[in-house]
Amino acid sequence: MSGWRQERAERDARIEAGRAHASGKVVPAGRAVDLLEAVLRPGDRVCLEGDNQKQADCLARALSLCDPAKVHDLHMVQSGIVLPEHLDIFEQGIAKRLDYSYSGPQGGRIARMLFGGQIELGAVHTYLELFARYFVDLTPQVALIAGVSADRDGNLYTGPNTEDTPTVVEATAFKNGVVVAQVNEIVERVPRVDIPGDRIDFVVEADRPFYVEPLFTRDPAAMTETQILMAMMAIKGIYAEYGIRRLNHGIGFGTAAIELLLPTYAEKLGLKGRIATHWALNPHPTLIPAIESGWVQQVHCFGSEVGMDRYIRERPDVFFTGADGSLRSNRAFCQTAGLYACDLFIGSTLQIDLAGHSSTVTQSRVAGFGGAPNMGSDPHGRRHPSDTWMKAGREAEIVGDPALMRGRKLVVQIVETFGDKLAPAFVERLDALELAKKIGLELAPVMVYADDVTHIVTEEGIANLLLCRTADEREQAIRGVAGYTEVGRGRDRAMVESLRARGIVRRPEDLGIEPLDADRSLLAAKSIKDLVHWSGGLYDPPARFRNW
Amino acid sequence: MERLTFRHATKAPLAGAKPLAITGVVASGNLEVLLERTLPPDACTVEIETPIHGYGDVWEAVVADFVARAQPGGLRITINDGGARPDTVSLRLLQGARLMEA
Repeated sequence: MSGWRQERAERDARIEAGRAHASGKVVPAGRAVDLLEAVLRPGDRVCLEGDNQKQADCLARALSLCDPAKVHDLHMVQSGIVLPEHLDIFEQGIAKRLDYSYSGPQGGRIARMLFGGQIELGAVHTYLELFARYFVDLTPQVALIAGVSADRDGNLYTGPNTEDTPTVVEATAFKNGVVVAQVNEIVERVPRVDIPGDRIDFVVEADRPFYVEPLFTRDPAAMTETQILMAMMAIKGIYAEYGIRRLNHGIGFGTAAIELLLPTYAEKLGLKGRIATHWALNPHPTLIPAIESGWVQQVHCFGSEVGMDRYIRERPDVFFTGADGSLRSNRAFCQTAGLYACDLFIGSTLQIDLAGHSSTVTQSRVAGFGGAPNMGSDPHGRRHPSDTWMKAGREAEIVGDPALMRGRKLVVQIVETFGDKLAPAFVERLDALELAKKIGLELAPVMVYADDVTHIVTEEGIANLLLCRTADEREQAIRGVAGYTEVGRGRDRAMVESLRARGIVRRPEDLGIEPLDADRSLLAAKSIKDLVHWSGGLYDPPARFRNW
Repeated sequence: MERLTFRHATKAPLAGAKPLAITGVVASGNLEVLLERTLPPDACTVEIETPIHGYGDVWEAVVADFVARAQPGGLRITINDGGARPDTVSLRLLQGARLMEA
């Protein structure tokens, strides 16, 4: 009976071919191209590890140098399109089809290539969704991953940026796939076995350490008074009102401002211990003052952040660390925590329409949206109550038997009404719909759907969409906080005032906030240097943030 | 540069007696606002120099809201704009009025 073990036989053949370029499992960086040409087959599904921070960049370069006559028509199934090589391989014919989640720095180029038909797009996934499909119909035949170090048996130490690695390896190694890891060094003994060696087929000693992007560092010196005002409103009008203790923050300046106002403004409001105690969050440096002043009890991380390693090591009561002392992160677990165990997600976006749908896709950039749609959605599978969740549930329209009422996760968009180059954040129609039409996508790349959004915070006020009872009310609540954008100026003033009387639209003055108090002196740290001081010198910021 | 001037009738003079105030900075994405108490108590003018063309409607709306909110009677307001967004303009105007009241 030959039909039951075909995949296993193919795997054995790939491994056998790869061994020609290895000494045991170890492959020198100079032989990486030969190795990949040996283990890859045309049309393979390939995960090239790359997310919004950590990159298997040595293997990405090697893949881009493969001979397209030997390696072609690959189906890339990976979190991030971040490095130039990730798109070069589509231009070269090495890769053909793509399923991905995020493309920050390559957002402009990927938009051009999608519009130009150089990439066959499966879907823009959320991380959890892509991970889920690894175990159903997008299982990689070959995974190219990154770790900090490995021993000769392939035992892998992923370091603090564990991120996607465990999930990618799990799916590939246990379904007849081949796993190739690049590591910064081969050692006698790894500090901690994050991935057991029997799941790793080849280890490439990279020519230089893998690239990590400091994506979660927001310089307090660049924070504006408008962002501080929005943060004050979020704290007083949402965090305090709903008693939000378990939460997730996006990566914008608006949420970083909230983090920096906890030990100052929120402390003055008497909220310590009552809000923001448990987090699903990357180790944002702007969270340091809140941690140091005893606000934060626990943080589980998706990944790490450049420069935070020593700080995290010294705060094991707060972070999840291994016996070796370093951070253990795991994107899949943290996404799940954010989805099911957090009561609030607050993040930013580039466009919001009149119903409250939002997207980061614009005409010229397809940045993807990573985990935001998972974090920024109301998980219908949740079965545990909390005061916050139940209160939001009561505010939403209840139909049917109240005994069957369930809660709601709070999903908040915190946006300035105008973005870069005076681009309005509020629009009649999302650019994402235009993109979908142009390239024939069945599903428009919407980041957070309107029915998941509960609140919108702008410098003009807070719109509570949970309390809206009609589509018209919802539209006017959104117009009512849309500032001087065309959408904002198109509001029905009388109706917005009546929504204000019902507490659906709330201005700073309605919340007892004086806009003139929105001053940088409120920030617990006004610069990166202040953050270093708060950390007792444990935070080691990347060079580009050092200006002293 | 585009020059815009808006004139408004106000119901009351702005409180306080301070003759002059400056707020903000001339910098990219920011603006400098000079306020002088030189007009009759029922009038306010706002003169703007801006490097960005085509936002006359937005300026008009921001200034009208400011006048309605602050009733800045007697003020001649001159703005050097560095490409500030409307929210920053609004915040600076309110800050300026507050300084004149002090």
